[in-house]
Amino acid sequence: MRSQFTKTVTELFEKNKKIFLILGDIGVFGFRNLLKTKPTRVLNIGILEQATISFAAGLSKIGFVPIVHTIATFMVDRAFEQLKLDFGYHKLNGNFISVGGSYDYAALGCSHHCPEDINLMKNIPTMQIVVPGNSAEFHQLFNQSYKKKLPKYFRLSSEENKLNLNVKFGKANILNQGKKITVIAIGPVLNFLYEECIKMNLNLIYYTSIRPFDYSVLKKIKNKTEKIIIVEPFYEGSITNNVINFFNNKKLHIESISIPYNFLENYGSKKEHDEKLGFSKKNFTTKVKKLINN
Amino acid sequence: MNNLRQKILKKLTYRIAEVSSKAGEGHVPSALSILDIVWVIYNNFININLIKNNSKKRDFFILSKGHGCLAQYVVLEEKKMFSKNLLNSFCKYNSKFGGHPDVNKIKGIECSTGSLGHGFPFAAGIAYGNKLLKINSKIISIIGDGECNEGSIWETCLIASHHKLNNLICVIDKNKSTDRALKIDNLEKKFDSFGWKSIEINGHSHNEIIKALSIKSKKPIAIIANTIKGRGIKFMENNPEWHHKNINKELLEKIKLDILNQ
Repeated sequence: MRSQFTKTVTELFEKNKKIFLILGDIGVFGFRNLLKTKPTRVLNIGILEQATISFAAGLSKIGFVPIVHTIATFMVDRAFEQLKLDFGYHKLNGNFISVGGSYDYAALGCSHHCPEDINLMKNIPTMQIVVPGNSAEFHQLFNQSYKKKLPKYFRLSSEENKLNLNVKFGKANILNQGKKITVIAIGPVLNFLYEECIKMNLNLIYYTSIRPFDYSVLKKIKNKTEKIIIVEPFYEGSITNNVINFFNNKKLHIESISIPYNFLENYGSKKEHDEKLGFSKKNFTTKVKKLINN
Repeated sequence: MNNLRQKILKKLTYRIAEVSSKAGEGHVPSALSILDIVWVIYNNFININLIKNNSKKRDFFILSKGHGCLAQYVVLEEKKMFSKNLLNSFCKYNSKFGGHPDVNKIKGIECSTGSLGHGFPFAAGIAYGNKLLKINSKIISIIGDGECNEGSIWETCLIASHHKLNNLICVIDKNKSTDRALKIDNLEKKFDSFGWKSIEINGHSHNEIIKALSIKSKKPIAIIANTIKGRGIKFMENNPEWHHKNINKELLEKIKLDILNQ
């Protein structure tokens, strides 16, 4: 996804003279050509995330379209207040593209993990939150939304869904219509569950935008659903409230495959963490079977 | 200071106290320490009509130490940016005028501030963008000396000097408010060492403020303005007790008499 981000933004630079790219001293090699051809609108600003976000807000104030790229935890955690006030409260256009969400940098330890980004960003009322499932989806979602006059958070992942889909900013896709059990999947988690959902005849709803949240697809399954599994590759609870509020008083059984609120103190690879946390076909099918028999 | 200016400044000093007293809110001494500077910025440098028209060519003033907003409010009121009745609602539930300036509500405010260390880098972003757009403008930001505790202030100093943002002026309100917590001395040397052109002035001398704001340099400009917290209301001057305290009706009368007798 990261190389697609480079391609997408490089293409847009030719079309839109207001785009201003700010790199927090990462991705510099990828943007080396743009740094040469558009040196005034591409800035490797350095490692100072708080001032970077406020600085980007100043640029947005006078009409530029800032794109800020750095590691998730340094952007979201360290500069949260700047995102909240200088973009969120001001309702300014800004595009925040992170890498290293959850445990993509598994081996680097807790300082570089960021499973909290989505839930934190949800606490900024105007922040739009996008979790693309693969590179092609990022390209579509970014092009559809980068000009919108609100701050937007795009979470790039090292995982890529193999399924090719047409996705729309703020809209969810119904990937399978089944019976009773509904799986709500967010972003790059389809590889281990898509075929299982077809085989087991489950409803499968796929979200790439967490805000705006698409309630219209839930309407379509409202009367068929009693049991829901939310698969979210970050700390648990990212959309649970949306779902509960939508179904109001209906009795529901909600399970999730997500990251529990613990520090991930192991290293190794992303794959090892996936296995341990249950982002696997085996855990998914076990959970579904239990839910069927419950 | 000539008589007319003196008269206006006295009027604005009282107006700050009056508005705050009505509301039972406001950081009065922090507003009074910067009142002369804010007045000079709007009176001598910023074309208020360009702000009213939202012109791209306007100069910008961003009050990074947002809790001093009463100074900005009364100056904008004096400059007829909004009608007088509006400011009387200061800090009321439905008021446009809160304890910190709000860009979404008040004409003339360029940036909502309050949490320290935000407005200054925001101003630097505007300064960078305006240079890129070849707009000849001044971007002036007032920060507090206490605000200089914030890391983002020094991050911004690095960015501004590296990119030679000589359209950016940072006025540091050195009212010694931070001395009891984390004293910051030698601000001139500190800004110089970050690649800025620094000058130290008396922040209540209009001539010195005008001269400093007129400096041309290839570097961003830091004006260390020595000020008195609570300036103009004798019992408040340099008295930390008054940082955020109500002025009752009796005290307001006393303030009125004191100001008239000065």
